[in-house]
Amino acid sequence: MSAMIQGRTGEWEVVIGLEVHAQVTAEAKLFSGAATAFGAEPNTQVSTIDAAFPGMLPVINRHCVEQAVRTGLGLDAEINLSSVFARKNYFYPDLPAGYQISQYEQPVVGRGCVRLDMPDGSTREIGITRLHLEQDAGKSLHDQHPRDTYIDLNRAGTALMEIVSEPDLRSAEEAGIYLRKLRSILRYLGTCDGNMEEGSLRCDCNVSVRRPGDKFGTRCEIKNLNSVRFAVQAIEVEALRQIELIEDGGTVTQETRLFDTARNITRKMRSKENDFDYRYFPDPDLLPLVLDKDWVARLKADLPEPQDDRRRRYIEDDHIRPEIAERLVDERALADFLDAARATRREMAAVANWIVTEMLGRLDVHGLTIEHWAKAPPVSAPQTGVLIDLIEKGTINRSQAKSLYADMFDYNLTAARMAGSGLAFDQKPPESLDFQELAEKRGLRQVTDIGAIEAAVDAALAASPAQVAQFATNPKVLGFFVGQVMKATQGKANPALVNELLRKKLG
Amino acid sequence: MSLVALTLAEARDQLAAKKISAQELTAAHVAAVEAVRPLNAFITETPEQALAMAEGSDARRAKGEAGAMEGIPVAIKDLFCTKGVLTTAASHILDGFVPPYEATVTANLWRAGAVMLGKTNLDEFAMGSSTTTSYYGPTENPWRRAGDNRPLVPGGSSGGSAAAVAARAALGATGTDTGGSIRQPASFTGIVGLKPTYGRCSRWGVVAFASSLDHPGPMTRTVRDAAIMLGAMAGHDPKDSTSARVPVPDFEAALGQGIKGLRVGIPNEYQPDGIISAEIRALVERGAQWLRDQGAEIVDDISLPHTKYALPAYYIIAPAEASSNLARYDGVRFGLRVPGDSLEELYENTRAAGFGAEVRRRVLIGTYALSAGYYDAYYLKAQRVRALIARDFAQAFERVDCLLTPTAPSAAFAIGEKADDPIAMYLNDLFTVPADLAGVPAISVPGGLSGDGLPLGLQVIGRAFDEATVLRVGEALEIAAGFSHLPQFIAG
Amino acid sequence: MALDKATVARIATLARIRLSDDELEPLAGELSSILGFVEQLDEVNTDGVAPMSSVAQMTLRMRDDAITDGGDRDAILGNAPASARGFFAVPKVVE
Repeated sequence: MSAMIQGRTGEWEVVIGLEVHAQVTAEAKLFSGAATAFGAEPNTQVSTIDAAFPGMLPVINRHCVEQAVRTGLGLDAEINLSSVFARKNYFYPDLPAGYQISQYEQPVVGRGCVRLDMPDGSTREIGITRLHLEQDAGKSLHDQHPRDTYIDLNRAGTALMEIVSEPDLRSAEEAGIYLRKLRSILRYLGTCDGNMEEGSLRCDCNVSVRRPGDKFGTRCEIKNLNSVRFAVQAIEVEALRQIELIEDGGTVTQETRLFDTARNITRKMRSKENDFDYRYFPDPDLLPLVLDKDWVARLKADLPEPQDDRRRRYIEDDHIRPEIAERLVDERALADFLDAARATRREMAAVANWIVTEMLGRLDVHGLTIEHWAKAPPVSAPQTGVLIDLIEKGTINRSQAKSLYADMFDYNLTAARMAGSGLAFDQKPPESLDFQELAEKRGLRQVTDIGAIEAAVDAALAASPAQVAQFATNPKVLGFFVGQVMKATQGKANPALVNELLRKKLG
Repeated sequence: MSLVALTLAEARDQLAAKKISAQELTAAHVAAVEAVRPLNAFITETPEQALAMAEGSDARRAKGEAGAMEGIPVAIKDLFCTKGVLTTAASHILDGFVPPYEATVTANLWRAGAVMLGKTNLDEFAMGSSTTTSYYGPTENPWRRAGDNRPLVPGGSSGGSAAAVAARAALGATGTDTGGSIRQPASFTGIVGLKPTYGRCSRWGVVAFASSLDHPGPMTRTVRDAAIMLGAMAGHDPKDSTSARVPVPDFEAALGQGIKGLRVGIPNEYQPDGIISAEIRALVERGAQWLRDQGAEIVDDISLPHTKYALPAYYIIAPAEASSNLARYDGVRFGLRVPGDSLEELYENTRAAGFGAEVRRRVLIGTYALSAGYYDAYYLKAQRVRALIARDFAQAFERVDCLLTPTAPSAAFAIGEKADDPIAMYLNDLFTVPADLAGVPAISVPGGLSGDGLPLGLQVIGRAFDEATVLRVGEALEIAAGFSHLPQFIAG
Repeated sequence: MALDKATVARIATLARIRLSDDELEPLAGELSSILGFVEQLDEVNTDGVAPMSSVAQMTLRMRDDAITDGGDRDAILGNAPASARGFFAVPKVVE
């Protein structure tokens, strides 16, 4: 994709490399047993290890290592069976030890790649340089007091994966596509929830400009971008700043900058970020992280089917519409749900449509997110399949199915919530918790007996001779008669049969 | 016989025989702690806690639940975090710090029934060989030179623990040894100091100086006492990633079986010309003869060629780790804060006021050694030399079971001596540093007195996790030396 | 290597230790003599020798992902020289 920027003196190419910090999905922190949940009261999820009290020592969380390795495998990357944790030394109040435990010379994951689907239908491969594990810092709040900065260490010590790309990206738009794709991969693997509002995914952008064909220019790093939109904007304005600077006869100096979202400019950081000497050295409190080859192989075998393969399978084998397939693989829980509803001769495209329209619609009604739902779906995958079968066999029609589904969903959801609350719960359950049985108990079987439908059709035609006469000039009266027949059969008549008989008799 | 004159093992046996109670024993030691105050061996005394613990101990014993150190009063180097009790590392920067947790090693001691008398003085952050760099003032050695009343250093950094044990204010004490901080003060005060294998005793809850070199260990008056106390302190700790997952043997059971057939090496490099005196040389010769007399085979031609580079390697590695370990003392979460107009000023003011001269020196050297452009030349080079030093030991232990060396190049010196010359001070650790770099166990046992009447220690260095052999040979030296001299200043 | 005053000042800034101007000169001397002492290491041939960062002959042991710690704010803030509304407090930082 050509994305040259036209300057006053000619064309410029933007060169971008991204460092994405992805919080590892885990209950506890990388080196301590404190909780990682977002949004807790300040300093309530802090151990004396996270707060770097004297004599405290780190012990690594196996699950976090596993998640980093799984992510590496998902990025088709080399897994380093031996890696080393190093201390990155600098003073900052939300970095309690005065050093961050990170990985420097020997990261746990080496080279890999991310494939981007470009808007023009082409694909682009973006190189991954490395992925390493490190501790997150705490939070500094600068706006709570006129003279003080407040420090909350709840986030301090949470596991981060830093995923560093090669300088392969050539436009802000491409960087945006990369970020969305990476986020989708992480979410799909379940290694990071990708929640940018909560800061689970943050990004530093290295931006430089050059004349097409020239060697790389001097880069600036824009730190702490917490949305795809801001990253794209920041890259755009930074590239323009550098072009203007060079065209005015200046030179770019390598430095760390911040994006001011309100003014849509980048500015140099005032803190000493720009003259740090991090003095990395192997952390003597930790030993080399050595992974067992078989353990890595098992993790690899247990990885979910790659997102791209799964989407292709849904489209090609199950004949699911591409946009529905995309939606499903974007949330692995949805794709897993679909596959859990899989049974021989079941119409999977119909199940897929149901999940994306009816099920997500129902979640919306209750204000639930997919995360909430995935823990305990109110209607199970097999039951959803049963419901689709009832429609496909013509036993019930779609509107009946919707009503059954809503009753079952709402009851199960309320029951689960009330069970959790310990409060008394007196809502009456549906007559059955199996759709097949429920439909029968409610007498919702469609009437497919031609004789019975024919009798109803004859009765309707006899009752409205005027409308019968109109049919020749106004075929829309067919709808009126369908309505009459459905009413007479209490909605149980198979609509296809009713239509067919009416056409025959009116025609 | 005064209760404070008992050895740890004797006290244990008398307690077990119910000839004395933990409360009697503790009361005697609480009084002794008070009596030795002129030595400034303790930063914090905890008499009420000691008596309460002793009461609990007697109650447990009455129920038949006695641990391996049940009712034994001990002193704790003030580098071990003790829950609810001021912990200072002898530094101004930890002003008022009361840990909400207990170090694993001290928790192990309390679980074994031991009783805490108080927290002992040390060189600030354990950086020193004299216990003169403490913010709480120097500790005095209970020994004096014959005919000379000038106060002497007890060695360091565990000088408070050494002085307390030597002056009979405690039956044993914890120390930590990073470059010799258990063994050198043991040598200077005429007691036994055991630095176990790296990973044998947990570092969790011990204020870190140099993580890859810090070894907690016991300081006692006899080898048997050291064996008992090490057994209570040691053990795998899942909270310390460098703690070894090896069983703790019954160290005491290794004693009393002689040393017949053991091969003991006398490395030449531990008697460098111009540094040690004829009297130290004679001490080692005498020690070798004692061991030969008890049936050991002495191997004279053992060589550890990189010994002389241990000290320079140590003075890069230890300060480098320390510069990072001490970054957490920033005036934000605990300890001293000296205000400033900005956060940067607060940091710089706090750390300037909080750290003493020696700590500052080491933090600066360490910062420099790790800084861009110098890392390879200093830090990596030192780590490569460290590998060679460890290899020297591994090769020596293919031929011998342990090594016999002097513990320190001299006897105790006067307070104020060597104060202006950091390097002269560093040379104290010449013979102790190599075992720290290699992580192998080593003990210092009193071997005799110097010409001016001060104790001199002999060091036995053994294979990793073979403290048993080190203790056996230490016991053989102890028996032969028959060291029964007492310091001039003593409680009870 | 002999350290000059400027280098000592730079290291002191990195280590966040305030030094007055008249402390720089003597410190430069002391640090230089220590560095001179450690430079004996240059005599040792270390070609092909891997740096040893730990003597522990083990690899890293891993723990389970379980919440076993935290939840005690008073213990965390109890030693703080300044705290407010559940936070540690420091002079305002400008980024």
